[in-house]
Amino acid sequence: MEKAMKTRRPTFSKGTVKRVFSYLSPYKGRLFLVILCIIISSLSNVAVSYFSGLLVDTYFPDPSSNLPLALGVMAIILGAGCIVSYISHRTMAVIGQVIMKKVRDDMYNHMQDLSVKYFDQHSKGDIMSLYINDTDTLHQLICQSIPEGISSLLSIITVFVVMVMSSIYLTLLIIGFLLIMMLITKTVGGKSGKYFIKQQQSIGKLNGYIEEMIQGQKVVKVFCHEEGAKDGFDKVNNQLRKDATSAHSFANVFMPIMGNLGHVQYTVIAIVGATMVIMGVQNLSITGFALMTPGLIVSFLQYARNFSNPVSQISNQINSIVMAFAGAERIFNLLDEAKEVDDGYVTLCYAKEDENGNITESETRTGKWAWKHYHKADDTTTYVPLAGKIDMLNVDFGYTPDKLVLHDVTLHAQPGQKIAFVGSTGAGKTTITNLINRFYDIADGKIRYDDININKIKKADLRRSLGIVLQDTNLFTGTVMENIRYGRLDATDEEVIEASKLANAHDFIIRLPEGYDTMLTSDGANLSQGQRQLLSIARAAVADAPVMILDEATSSIDTRTEKIVQEGTDKLMEGRTVFIIAHRLSTVKNADVIMVLEKGRIIESGNHEELLKKHGRYYQLYTGSK
Amino acid sequence: MIKTLAKSIREYKKASILAPLFVAMEVVLEILIPYLMGYVIDYGVNAVRGYTWCDNIGELIPLMLKGYKGVVPEGAVATGNYTIVWQLSLVLLACALVSLLCGVLSGRFAAVAGSGYAGNLRHDLFYKIQEFSFANLDKFSTPSLITRLTSDVTNVQMAYQVIVRIAVRAPVMLVLAFVMSVRIKWQLSLIFLCVIPIIALAAYVLLSRTHPIYERVFKEYDDLNNVVEENLRGIRVVKSYARSDYEKKKFGKTSTEIFTDFVYAEKISAIINPLMMMIVYVCMLVLAWLSAKYIWVGQLQAGDFVSMLTYTIQILSSFIMVAMVFMMIVISHASMKRVCEVLKEESTIKNPENPIYEVKNGDISLKDVCFAYGVEEDDNHSLSNVNLEIASGETVGIIGSTGSGKTTMTQLIPRLYDATSGVVEVGGIDVRQYDIQTLRDNVSMVLQKNTLFEGSVKENLRWGNENATDEEIKNACILAQADGFVSAMKEGYDSHVEQGGANFSGGQKQRLCIARALLKKPKILILDDSTSAVDTKTDAEIRKAFKEIIPGTTKIIIAQRIGSVMDADKIVVMNGGKIDAIGTHEELLANNPIYQEVYTTQQEAGGDFDEEGGAD
Repeated sequence: MEKAMKTRRPTFSKGTVKRVFSYLSPYKGRLFLVILCIIISSLSNVAVSYFSGLLVDTYFPDPSSNLPLALGVMAIILGAGCIVSYISHRTMAVIGQVIMKKVRDDMYNHMQDLSVKYFDQHSKGDIMSLYINDTDTLHQLICQSIPEGISSLLSIITVFVVMVMSSIYLTLLIIGFLLIMMLITKTVGGKSGKYFIKQQQSIGKLNGYIEEMIQGQKVVKVFCHEEGAKDGFDKVNNQLRKDATSAHSFANVFMPIMGNLGHVQYTVIAIVGATMVIMGVQNLSITGFALMTPGLIVSFLQYARNFSNPVSQISNQINSIVMAFAGAERIFNLLDEAKEVDDGYVTLCYAKEDENGNITESETRTGKWAWKHYHKADDTTTYVPLAGKIDMLNVDFGYTPDKLVLHDVTLHAQPGQKIAFVGSTGAGKTTITNLINRFYDIADGKIRYDDININKIKKADLRRSLGIVLQDTNLFTGTVMENIRYGRLDATDEEVIEASKLANAHDFIIRLPEGYDTMLTSDGANLSQGQRQLLSIARAAVADAPVMILDEATSSIDTRTEKIVQEGTDKLMEGRTVFIIAHRLSTVKNADVIMVLEKGRIIESGNHEELLKKHGRYYQLYTGSK
Repeated sequence: MIKTLAKSIREYKKASILAPLFVAMEVVLEILIPYLMGYVIDYGVNAVRGYTWCDNIGELIPLMLKGYKGVVPEGAVATGNYTIVWQLSLVLLACALVSLLCGVLSGRFAAVAGSGYAGNLRHDLFYKIQEFSFANLDKFSTPSLITRLTSDVTNVQMAYQVIVRIAVRAPVMLVLAFVMSVRIKWQLSLIFLCVIPIIALAAYVLLSRTHPIYERVFKEYDDLNNVVEENLRGIRVVKSYARSDYEKKKFGKTSTEIFTDFVYAEKISAIINPLMMMIVYVCMLVLAWLSAKYIWVGQLQAGDFVSMLTYTIQILSSFIMVAMVFMMIVISHASMKRVCEVLKEESTIKNPENPIYEVKNGDISLKDVCFAYGVEEDDNHSLSNVNLEIASGETVGIIGSTGSGKTTMTQLIPRLYDATSGVVEVGGIDVRQYDIQTLRDNVSMVLQKNTLFEGSVKENLRWGNENATDEEIKNACILAQADGFVSAMKEGYDSHVEQGGANFSGGQKQRLCIARALLKKPKILILDDSTSAVDTKTDAEIRKAFKEIIPGTTKIIIAQRIGSVMDADKIVVMNGGKIDAIGTHEELLANNPIYQEVYTTQQEAGGDFDEEGGAD
């Protein structure tokens, strides 16, 4: 189960862009309103420039002009501009949040329907990063970059039209500068992007180092290895310092370059324009040739600034736009991941027996279950009582098609039997249990559950019929009560307490500060290992499944707790078919059948006494001889 | 707090001063350039002979310094002054180049200062943590230390960068623009004095309304991430209990909370930009009205009004920047505090003044030792009145349930903690008199929660002794029964160890950790439940090897299994922070109820079946 390490290069395809916009499409009406607002507020900006020209030319020279009226009109226009801008900001903020919620919910809901394989193949950190980083950059794209881009683009177009109408020569000059700006954006922006990626990698490395060292800090102390730890730290820390300096240098330098290029452009236009005036060069505009005048140059200088500002604003956004689309692509990759296929149709139902001994479905919980098997051929439904008989016949399996980890595994578990798997790490013990609950599907062979092919059983129902207690307890944030109830959501408080008593967890729970209402955080960090195990057993107990899969914990807990855990487990196993990945001799000894696994094959099976007599692998494991 | 944080600037003082300095120069030029541009238009492109005319730049400069511009009567024809355009443009170009240089340098220095400072801060934190005693580490807890070293430092770095770049820029801009506006007409500049308090008030009202919501949203974000993380970690449990609908609901609830709060806060925040626009517009209209009054009586030029507009925008935007800096500092304040707490923490265990550099032998003596983890001197003692004598070369087993004080007691010997009262002696001398490194090299402890680090097997083992030869390493591994599986690996002692030793089984890790401790050639070896995952047979072999090969070393073995301690010279039974009994296996079996109980329950238990597997 390799966790594929992927380098996060900002790349994305055209489809991604389309898809991001498709998230916007349900809000077409509101977006139209936003764009309208942006246009109006841009126009009110233009009105400001126009009005200041008007002031200088008309109102200031003439005291008799009706300035108060003009100011009043302007106040109305600008007030409208402000209101409209508020509407667009507000609408966009809401749309942004609606989309964020949708993206998050979509991701999470889709993720719940993926197979275990996906989670085995992708690192937790990578998936978390989708929720933490990638949605955030996407939000920025939608709420900031796109509206700003639209408004900048609008300004560019308006100014460009006006420029072409005034002078084509000078417009060409400005286009020349535009090209230079784009070139700079590409080189400096590209460099900066490259170093940002490098910085990101260094941060990852440093964080990894910090985590490892701080977690092992007590070992460092015991071995007086502080100096070594410091040396190692300095190495990664200095690398990050170097990369961060480069990345930020390029980013910081970008704006001054663009801004001052704007100044250079200004002077060049002044020089060229003035030269044209003095040399009497004919000016070419859309409206034809005319003499170049100083007034024209003055207004053109203004245009030049109005033109270069939005250009540098857009170029400043480019990096974050690229990053956002790359993030969006990763999100879409998750959403495109194929869901866990489930074509099972046999379902689990509560069962009751009528007077004739026939099994029928019951609406309410009866303590008994049956498989509801619909036969399409003759349109009949049969009910098979859930007994817990499991047969594996010649099963082959590999996590990848080219490497089998289980070969020709055959086993028969009768209802109520305890099957223990023993063998070295990597022999395939966990894999077998992964196949019974169909976390993975077998490559060849057959698995039958109460003589039904498990492929015919609906996965959720199959899994509900199998209780599971894993080595990693995996508790959730919530109260003790909620954690146990996770096993069966409709369990009453009394049933939860009953299950806890069965699992031997009740005694310690009532001694917790708030008993069953005690909050657990980060996998029950405030509990001891043994207590966590007891809770996980109680959770399985409340689920009350007829078949149990048990992965015994290896980590040592003190003898008394271990005894309590052991008793809890024993009570849970009573009357159920149990598959145990066993680590304790006592468990193994009590098993009905012991399967000795090696390199994906069952090499021995039988009960404790039989296997000891064989003097085979089990004998070696038990006595410790080699 | 600032003083503590400022200590980490060190070699980046130069960059930290130069960056704002160049920023300041850049701002000066930023104000100057539009000023010059005005003259390019009035005295260059738009020059009118006899009114706005200078023959060359030499004549213009005194005018510019006075801020004087000629008045052009109506109907005058502009001819343009090519000399001035050309000369002034060169000056402008030079200014732009200098400004560019300042911008680039300030950007560069800010990057150097920010990244360098963050590097130093992390360095100081990490080095400080290396000095921490176990008690210090317990106080902060591992995850909290990691957060302080990572995200908190990043927050402080961001604040630092903002301070270096903007904290100077905004006030300089504010002052310069204000000065320029006063030069034009001081009466007009009074308008800013009216507007600024209004902005401040608006900012205060808006922020104080949205800030608590944002705080709550950030907490909800944590909850959301927690839901995802727990789901990822427990995906097998989720699938096994077919709880995906339940999980979806759980997630949906949090994501809806975030949505509701965020929308509410953003709706309020959406007013900020338009409000700022409105203030600028109001300023503009008022300015226009007042300017017109002055112009009509000939006290002001039309061009001055245009300049005033520019200054208005500059003043207001720099004021917003000041508000932003303020926000940034508020946001990072919590991080600063957390970082400072670590930097200010004093190690509870320090080297004595004239330390002893030699440990004579492996004798151990605990006299009336009491210990409490907490600072408070209440009755909550983890150890009370412990007395124990161990002679050099003895093997001592310690048995007791969780919380009985086994680990606590042994951790006092290498001075991982200091006893609250009483005396702990090694080699007949109080442990507090030894040089710490000397003591810990001689008292080698294999911790219960032990870890291997990323690197090769050999590198990991050399933690015990940097200069260990390959042969010494091999010998230590033979002793710890680790040579077998290490040698069987393809690359032997050069095999790669993943983070936390994830590619080794529990028992293999434990044996490697024992080998690592043995490489110190200690006088005292303490194994804290270090063979729990090792099968019984191997466990016995390790103890046998200890007896035969390092007989002179004092060995203390804490174990859950009776089997691991039954052949010890003496066994200490601990209960509730006290020594319940000391004796041999037979004695305790005969007299001690606790020992008897543990023994009976364990008759049925056994070793681990996983242990014979290779690391494939």
